[in-house]
Amino acid sequence: MTDTSVIEKPRSQWADVWSQFKTHKGAVAALTVFVLLILFVTIGPFIWTVDPSYINPNGAEMIRTRNKPPSWQFPLGTDQLGRDMLARMMKGGQVSIAVGMVAMLISIFLGTLVGVTAGYFKRLDGPLMRLTDLFLALPLLPLLLVMVMLFRDPLARAMGPESGTFLLIVFAIGVTSWMQAARIVRGEVLALKEREFVLAARSIGTPSRRMILRHILPNVVSPIMVSATLGIASAIITESALSFLGLGFPPDFPTWGRLLFDGVDYIQQYPERVIWPGVAISLTVLSVNYIGDGLRDALDPRIRGR
Amino acid sequence: MLTFTIRRLLLAIPTLLFISLVIFLLVDFAPGSPMSQIPLTVPPEVRLKIIEAMGANEPIFVRYLLWLKQFFYVEPLVLIDSIFGSSYSQGMQRIVSWQSRSPVMDIIVERMPQTLTVVGSAYVIGVIIAVPIGIYSAYRQYSWFDQLGTFIAMIGFSVPTFFTGVVLILVFSVNLGWFPSIYNTSLKVTDWDSFMLQVKQMAMPVAVLALYNASQISRYMRSSMLDNLAQDYVRTARAKGMSERVVVLKHVLRNSLIPVVTVIALGIPTIFGGAIITEQVFKVNGLGALLINAIQGSDLPMVQTLTFIFAVLIVMFNLIADVLYGMLDPRIRYD
Repeated sequence: MTDTSVIEKPRSQWADVWSQFKTHKGAVAALTVFVLLILFVTIGPFIWTVDPSYINPNGAEMIRTRNKPPSWQFPLGTDQLGRDMLARMMKGGQVSIAVGMVAMLISIFLGTLVGVTAGYFKRLDGPLMRLTDLFLALPLLPLLLVMVMLFRDPLARAMGPESGTFLLIVFAIGVTSWMQAARIVRGEVLALKEREFVLAARSIGTPSRRMILRHILPNVVSPIMVSATLGIASAIITESALSFLGLGFPPDFPTWGRLLFDGVDYIQQYPERVIWPGVAISLTVLSVNYIGDGLRDALDPRIRGR
Repeated sequence: MLTFTIRRLLLAIPTLLFISLVIFLLVDFAPGSPMSQIPLTVPPEVRLKIIEAMGANEPIFVRYLLWLKQFFYVEPLVLIDSIFGSSYSQGMQRIVSWQSRSPVMDIIVERMPQTLTVVGSAYVIGVIIAVPIGIYSAYRQYSWFDQLGTFIAMIGFSVPTFFTGVVLILVFSVNLGWFPSIYNTSLKVTDWDSFMLQVKQMAMPVAVLALYNASQISRYMRSSMLDNLAQDYVRTARAKGMSERVVVLKHVLRNSLIPVVTVIALGIPTIFGGAIITEQVFKVNGLGALLINAIQGSDLPMVQTLTFIFAVLIVMFNLIADVLYGMLDPRIRYD
């Protein structure tokens, strides 16, 4: 006799994904670290309310508070102008993570747009994929450097140094990193198009727009999410590389890459000034990569539930 | 196969032309043009002369076509001349750097060996490390070796090269004093001592790049081995009584190397990009440093030519990877 009471309650897909995600120890640890880092840069400035760009206007005082080792007043010490390193790390982290997130959003938007259009409309497939190949053949880091060099000053003049550079860098990174996502999404869409539910939807006359939004897009969410997570990591690395080469944000505007770049000059006397931002970048990227790894496993229905 | 190669070669021409146009236009249409960097105290007629001397007053398509002609026609002729001692290119105008007033290609040829020794040896070492690690990690999947390998690989491509470089400098040249932190390009290898010096100064940049490359390639190697280890022919080979060594190192390894070889070929141009950062960290006087210098000095011909050379490398190695794939794997035939 079958006992109906043992049948479990139906679970939503995301509950399944979460329970699979939880079995990946590295990913859970990484998620914790990432959340802590985000809290550090967002909530941190409300607790540690020192102005990151405060330079003591009194010259003698400023010289006395320069290059301080860690103390209760300055937990991470001060830099060559007597600015508090902890506050600068928080501010820098805000910018770095914001750049990573926004650039990822742009590149995912572009990648999904190109991928879905190429996969869904047969006529556009050839040209769009040729375009993707062309973009893949571009030397990206040199081009990014050239773009930043050429457009930084005009944009900074037009929109202010901070928002101008931010927009430029985010846009440049987004425009040069959508190709992988586009390829993956296109492949998925091509496979989805052969499925019965798409045929059923088409046979009742669903227009293309609703077809894409209701039937195709929800089914390509998993690869998009994975490449989005990995996109954050590579965007953060690219931004800090640009800052490190001196072609990122202006000097008085801290990001983790910029702090590292500034610290290199003092590496012999004050190595910790290189270590802190470097560790912060590496931890962020490492945790994001691990989260991506865990997500990939959790979103793969062949692995899930095993 | 041959027709496929020829077709791909022909297809590469429009690709390269398009990329060169993109690079040219991007650099040229940018609002921060070098003409605006001539000091305002220079009288207007002199300024006009300067612009004329730079060739920057011509319309853009004229300059683009001239640059194309110089890159694809004049420079190869110069190369032929320098090899055979002929004089085909006499009196022809070459691409000239605005910064140093000497031909761009001469400077690039001068800088090439430094980049090639550092980047090349780093890549070779990276591959040599990565392949055995990948094989053993896959063979003993989820063992402590595999877990450790995964973790190190994760660190390898998560920690940016400029940070690993700086940490190495901190540990090995500031604290221990084993290696010099600055690469000395004028060092000539003549005897054993100078060879050791060369090895010492190359150790850190090569280690940084090799770690980064090895972490990526070992991942590919591992997953490719895993795919093949689960195949039926492996069971057949074992059932026939082949020794484990033959099964893994002959049957599985050869099949798993196919995708890895293409990945290795595809990675070669990207390491030149990665080397830009490493060269900056260790002050290696190579192509990357040249590019950064040209960018900061608004030396447009140099930037255009260098960026385009990077693009040519990418297109070329894509082609090589595709052809290799077809040659190594008889199941893949393009025609």
